Amino acid sequence: MTVESGHLDEVFVALADPTRRSILAVLGEHGQATATKVADRLPVSRQAIVKHFAVLEHAGLVRRVRHGRDVNYVLRPETLTSTSRLLAAMASEWDRRLAAIKRIAEGT
Amino acid sequence: MSEDTVIREIVVKAPIERVWEVLTDPKHVAAWFGHTAEIDLRTGGAMAVGWEEHGTVNARVEVVEQPTRFAYRWNFLNNAPFDEASSTLVDFTLAAEGGATRLRVVESGFTALPLPAAEQEHHRTENTKGWVAELDELKDYAEGL
Repeated sequence: MTVESGHLDEVFVALADPTRRSILAVLGEHGQATATKVADRLPVSRQAIVKHFAVLEHAGLVRRVRHGRDVNYVLRPETLTSTSRLLAAMASEWDRRLAAIKRIAEGT
Repeated sequence: MSEDTVIREIVVKAPIERVWEVLTDPKHVAAWFGHTAEIDLRTGGAMAVGWEEHGTVNARVEVVEQPTRFAYRWNFLNNAPFDEASSTLVDFTLAAEGGATRLRVVESGFTALPLPAAEQEHHRTENTKGWVAELDELKDYAEGL
């Protein structure tokens, strides 16, 4: 599977919504699911779930797989992983730099 | 909204003017940030930080309010001319607390950056446990820690 590069803003917009995070968590449990199956699990209509899936797909967080008449949505964890890694890496870099500033400023 | 923001803070046992000096004097910046540093310390001034192993990152000074605030935008990519569209904002604030100084850094603007193509080691969708942990981790950052 190849991964097109998306944009972080789409990923963050997609993740800013708690319902979409819940949808991802449901997919996380099952690996893949139809909109109907997700709607059974969450207090949200199937129609709304389909709209949320469109946002998640646009951000590269899920992809659609057709099985006959059913449309399954499958997680694309690589998108989330690279985003998360980027922010985690930036945070730990800053911790390291701030510690260095402290050492220099407090130095004799 | 602060979904794409990294916030870090530290208390330095030194007066605010001293911390300001370490933060903005190229001689010190070369020590805590990179291996070399050039800073034209005024709004719009050019800034460059160099690493022996990575090359140079170009930046632009955005705010100079001695001794309480220093901000710059820096390129996400090394060895490229400064490009605002592919840069993030780094914003330092300093606050005196007795004889010490609280130093906070906020880096933001990751939203505009191209997402790095996913690493080759693909996580399998079956491997959801690690993935859910990643989601929690990202959520913590997204919610501003």
